Amino acid sequence: MILVYTESEEGKIKKIALEAVSYAKGIADQMGTSVTAVSINANDVSELGKYGASKVLQVSNDKLNKFNGEAYADTIGQAAKNEGAQVIVLTSSANSKFLAPTLAVNLEAGYVANVISLPESTSPFKVEHSVFTNKAFATTEIKTDIKIIGLGKNSYGLKENETSATTEAFSPNLDAHDFDMEIVSVDKATDKVTIADAEIVVSGGRGLKGPENWGMVEDLAQTLGAATACSKPVSDMGWRPHSEHVGQTGKPVASNLYIAIGISGAIQHLAGINASKVKVVINNDPEAPFFKAADYGIVGDAFEIVPKLTEKLKEFKAQNA
Amino acid sequence: MKILVCISHVPDTTSKINFTDGDTKFDTNGVQFVINPNDEFGLTRAMWFKEKQGATVHVVNVGGAETEPTLRKALAIGADEAIRVNTPATDGFSVAKQLANVAKEGDYDLVIGGRESIDYNGGMVPGMVAKLIGANFVNTCIGLEMEGDTATAIREIDGGKETLKTSLPLVIGGQKGLVEESDLRIPNMRGIMQARTKPLNVKDPVDANAETNTVAFQKPAPKGAVKLVDSVDELINLLHNEAKVI
Repeated sequence: MILVYTESEEGKIKKIALEAVSYAKGIADQMGTSVTAVSINANDVSELGKYGASKVLQVSNDKLNKFNGEAYADTIGQAAKNEGAQVIVLTSSANSKFLAPTLAVNLEAGYVANVISLPESTSPFKVEHSVFTNKAFATTEIKTDIKIIGLGKNSYGLKENETSATTEAFSPNLDAHDFDMEIVSVDKATDKVTIADAEIVVSGGRGLKGPENWGMVEDLAQTLGAATACSKPVSDMGWRPHSEHVGQTGKPVASNLYIAIGISGAIQHLAGINASKVKVVINNDPEAPFFKAADYGIVGDAFEIVPKLTEKLKEFKAQNA
Repeated sequence: MKILVCISHVPDTTSKINFTDGDTKFDTNGVQFVINPNDEFGLTRAMWFKEKQGATVHVVNVGGAETEPTLRKALAIGADEAIRVNTPATDGFSVAKQLANVAKEGDYDLVIGGRESIDYNGGMVPGMVAKLIGANFVNTCIGLEMEGDTATAIREIDGGKETLKTSLPLVIGGQKGLVEESDLRIPNMRGIMQARTKPLNVKDPVDANAETNTVAFQKPAPKGAVKLVDSVDELINLLHNEAKVI
């Protein structure tokens, strides 16, 4: 049985969770078995069957309203043991990456993160994953009985596979140790698209000359429903918050579309955004290394091009609405 | 307060990545190795605890003798003592087991690791160490204060941050934000001289089975040339009709 942890946010199943179910179904087909999903405090799990889950374990527990690595890992681990899971599929969200190592130790399971495709073989169990911050890929064998996979975002995609899913309530045994740490506060912008969830990311670099010029980046992002991001020097100079820094030591970006404005394309930056599907560069320097990494490029002044692009995109959106 | 900082010995961020032995080994030829950037933010934060709160700071690495210059650099930055567990770092779990053993023996209040190493990006070692020694764990840690036997940690979450209060011992997976880029220290001559005489203890490994085994590497396929366009209309058209991303 393949167990997939289907993450939710404020009761709503996340898109990356559906991708994880699609992927779990792919492995289940390879191994001739089925997919069980475990969800924690999700309101509506009916969608999970559409992507291939045949059973959903629904956990409802007020103590788990806020993410807690220890308690979540225990919940998923107990579900895995009860169901006799051979493989556990997680995503690459901050929370999945937090709980995965705890879960791995609990279950004595080998864990591979940033997996990009279905197992090359299931016996021995070998998966391909990105390493060296997307500068290379590795094929790794997991030798333990239970295997844990952290699926890289946007690497498998959504695949519908209509399955009639049964839903069961599941109550994990949690003790005081699971709640050792006190969550003092959570500070989260709910009105902004996060880089982790975004399908499109609009990113600005030093070419924008100063933080006062970010209005046009934000306008473009808003028009596209995109997240905003920035290069390392921009975050180091304090023009933008660290949370927007994408690259090798910042956040990885695996969006469908990445638009780089005034970013020259240092090797560390390119590594961090390499998992994005389509890359667009707007830069006045035709020699900027980003042009070698991009799919589409415009050589020219960002201060002219970006507002024009936003205006034309608004017209395009109005026509295609 | 005793702090252990786990140091991963990784290729510099500008390194060209190549493989040898029929694509089964990383080619170290011409590669400069450094302290893993995520670990360096943690080490620098540890220096702050040393200077302001009188903490003792040890650094540890799991690896062969070739990683010693990286440990010496950590000593030159200001760590008091270094430990090298003399075994190659093969997989995340076996490395975590070695580190957990060092952490347990040294009875540290705080164990600092990085969110991930920039070579294998597994992001699993600190969380495993925490579980193995029964300590609390905070990943993607971007702020840390210690007071008596409690710590306040800020962790980055998707789209924001969360503040946690926790008892010790604590293990963190740190990253930029623990200190700023401008706080990072380049060892000075005095630090380098002192580092030569600071203890670097080589320790025998404990039994630890690898749970995973990397059998091959591959470089990404070469990318096609960029399509240069002259107008935003053309760009929108291509993104819509050709790339199908808008």
